[in-house]
Amino acid sequence: MTREKIRKIEGFVALFLSTLAALAGLFWLIFILGDVLVHGIEALRPGLFLNDPSPPGVIGGGLRNAFVGQLLITAASILIGVPVGVLGGTFLAEYARGKKISQVISVLSDIMVSVPSIVVGAFVYAILVIPVGHFNGWAGAVALSIIMIPVVLRTTEDMLTLVPWTLREAAFALGAPYYKVIVQVVYRAAATGILTGILLSIARVAGETAPLLFTSFNNSFFSMNMKEPVASLTVTIFQYAMGPYDDWHVQAWAAAFVITLFILLLTIAGRLIIKWRYK
Amino acid sequence: MEVQIVEQLKIEVKDLNFHYGGNIHALKNISLPVHQNSVTALIGPSGCGKTTLLRCFNRMHDLYPKNRYEGAILLDGRNILSNDIDVIDLRSRVGMVFQKPTPFPMTIFDNIAYGLKLKGVTNRAELSEMVERALRHSALWDEVKDKLNAGAYELSGGQQQRLVIARALAVKPEVLLFDEPTSALDPISTAKIEELAITLKDEVTIIIVTHNMQQAARMSDWTGFLMLGELIEFGRTDRIFTAPSEKLTEDYVTGRFG
Amino acid sequence: MLFSSLTALSSFSVILIIIGILYVLVSQSSLAIQKFGVIHFLRSTDWDPVKELFGAATNVYGTFVTTVLSLLFAIPIAIGIAIFVTEVSPNFLKGPIGVAIELLAAIPSIIYGMWGLFTLSPIMAKYIEPFMKQISANIPLVSVLFHGTPMGIDILTASTILSIMIIPFTASISRDAFNLTPAVVKESAYALGATRWEVVKNIVLPYSKLGVFGGIALSLGRALGETMAVAFVLGNNHRITTSLFDAAATITVTLANEFTEADKDIYLSSLFYLALVLFVLSFITLAVAKFFLLKAERKVSR
Repeated sequence: MTREKIRKIEGFVALFLSTLAALAGLFWLIFILGDVLVHGIEALRPGLFLNDPSPPGVIGGGLRNAFVGQLLITAASILIGVPVGVLGGTFLAEYARGKKISQVISVLSDIMVSVPSIVVGAFVYAILVIPVGHFNGWAGAVALSIIMIPVVLRTTEDMLTLVPWTLREAAFALGAPYYKVIVQVVYRAAATGILTGILLSIARVAGETAPLLFTSFNNSFFSMNMKEPVASLTVTIFQYAMGPYDDWHVQAWAAAFVITLFILLLTIAGRLIIKWRYK
Repeated sequence: MEVQIVEQLKIEVKDLNFHYGGNIHALKNISLPVHQNSVTALIGPSGCGKTTLLRCFNRMHDLYPKNRYEGAILLDGRNILSNDIDVIDLRSRVGMVFQKPTPFPMTIFDNIAYGLKLKGVTNRAELSEMVERALRHSALWDEVKDKLNAGAYELSGGQQQRLVIARALAVKPEVLLFDEPTSALDPISTAKIEELAITLKDEVTIIIVTHNMQQAARMSDWTGFLMLGELIEFGRTDRIFTAPSEKLTEDYVTGRFG
Repeated sequence: MLFSSLTALSSFSVILIIIGILYVLVSQSSLAIQKFGVIHFLRSTDWDPVKELFGAATNVYGTFVTTVLSLLFAIPIAIGIAIFVTEVSPNFLKGPIGVAIELLAAIPSIIYGMWGLFTLSPIMAKYIEPFMKQISANIPLVSVLFHGTPMGIDILTASTILSIMIIPFTASISRDAFNLTPAVVKESAYALGATRWEVVKNIVLPYSKLGVFGGIALSLGRALGETMAVAFVLGNNHRITTSLFDAAATITVTLANEFTEADKDIYLSSLFYLALVLFVLSFITLAVAKFFLLKAERKVSR
């Protein structure tokens, strides 16, 4: 066989394998999402959203408390995490631009983005559950916000850095103080990017379970009291899926479906916004 | 077009039309001759299509989607735009040097040897000999003969460009395409490379794209002037620059527009 | 200025959180540190809540094995996907496959875990694991790996789920690393007559070595800290075992399952000790990853 032929065959084989790999990736996506879709849809019924959990073994319970609880905890974490993240990113991209501290905090944030979320849960347990004496919703919110802050901080920093310096100079030239330049001009220019970063960070924490396991814990009853344990969809999925009752399993699929749908919609929305804005 | 001196034409471009990305008509009805063992320069203002034309000669456009050639480019009488041409083989006969020096992340020796290894040369002695030959040809041998195992990035910009030329020469191409090879270099390196090209033409046919008219006047035998995708005029370099037939050519070479 | 101080404080919160975590973990585990020491705790395979004897070895072993196995499965596929997306795929496919990877990466780990429990685990137990047991039955060293009854709730299943989770993450970082190779350098290789695969093998891969390596280290860091994907299908058996068909324990799964059950101070303290070990391990891994990724970026902006 000529050398040319060998090279061509080698190339073909290698690239064929990479195509297989891509197909494998697609395969898993379709398999997993498909399963969630199929099992989730057949489990959906109005009672799921309107009723609270029934006693173990008794059919007919719902997850109303979990839905509401998940919303509460996530909303609370957004209230804490987003301002801190955005302001923090602003510091790195503006006041501390080019300085060593900005690099240090940036690298540390990147590391924190990937740190085990269960460790964060243990940390918050120690500072917000032990002193209070019992699990509480605020602890869960704080745990989620700790995960959220580095994500929002880094995307804000990146988006603000993308805004050309000349834009700031133009505002300065008009006599505006730096903080006004940032809030009135730079934020506006980077708004879509920052918003997308926020959306993606919400998608990330909405699906977290581990940090809630020993902070907000769970609650079989309906409660909106953040000073007490609060139900969440993710922890409920964990409990129900591992539990012995088929009815629980069915509800777990339904909850999984809703959460996955929510997160995928947020993710797609985020990507679409970027595409549309930076076309 | 002036009367052709009967001579071996290395390449003949016949009614070449080229479309980018499906519908941008970048080259319009180009026909020109490329004489063997000569330096042919392609000049014209930015965006006139000279680089686009150059990249047709080694079918670089094939790498990107939705590009379409029409017409023919005959290399030694055979149309290289036809589908039954082996593009990989074509590219080892028609080499290219780019605007920005592009050394590979390897040692100096491995850079030059790369094309040879692709073609199956594995014997260390043979490789060394061919690498030395290529480096001598590109006037770089004396400067790097003691550090062939150093990384290519350690060389200066001008040296890197000569390295890249050596790399292209190592596979003994018949045609060498230069895409603004000195625009990123200082005047001394530029002069060295221009000298180099002139000595190389005894073995290789050279086509060079340049936006520097003086460079074209200095080093080429033939010149083609393009504008907006069309070949306005083609002929002997000294005639193009001293007595062009077309008004547009005259305006361009006298600097009335650029 | 009020605004600038506010922003400064917000950014310093990151440093505060890291220091806070370290401090809290250390102080909460002080009881266990006093009782078991450092080297002994790391090497001990004890895990007996009744006798109040705890050791990290079984958990670290489980973390190590599942992580390494998952990376072994995931890395080739992820790099293959990255090569496909950057070099092989026709343009119209690049978008959709890119989106598919992002979506896979966005799916929360608990969904992976649940799916693993209900769908993958039965398949493993019924088809895949018996098959692997069969073909390895006569190969001496390998059969040890597949010893025991295939139940589907074991190291193999957990590693498989983990690897599926890691793939999109690794693929996307590798793809970004590959895209850093300047087009001109690739074109130079093509201009010498290289085939597509030769350009990938000889130019793109060496050029993006650092970025890919950083991506792998980052995936390692992520896999180390994964809890929910693994918790459903690992079982919770504290022991060091050679068979992939056995249940085991990782630090994260132990924490998830036992944290709220810990009734004695020493028990809870040992769990915090485990958390500390994990935090330090993953912090170092992630720092190394970041180091390589920064070097890769710096190389390109030369």
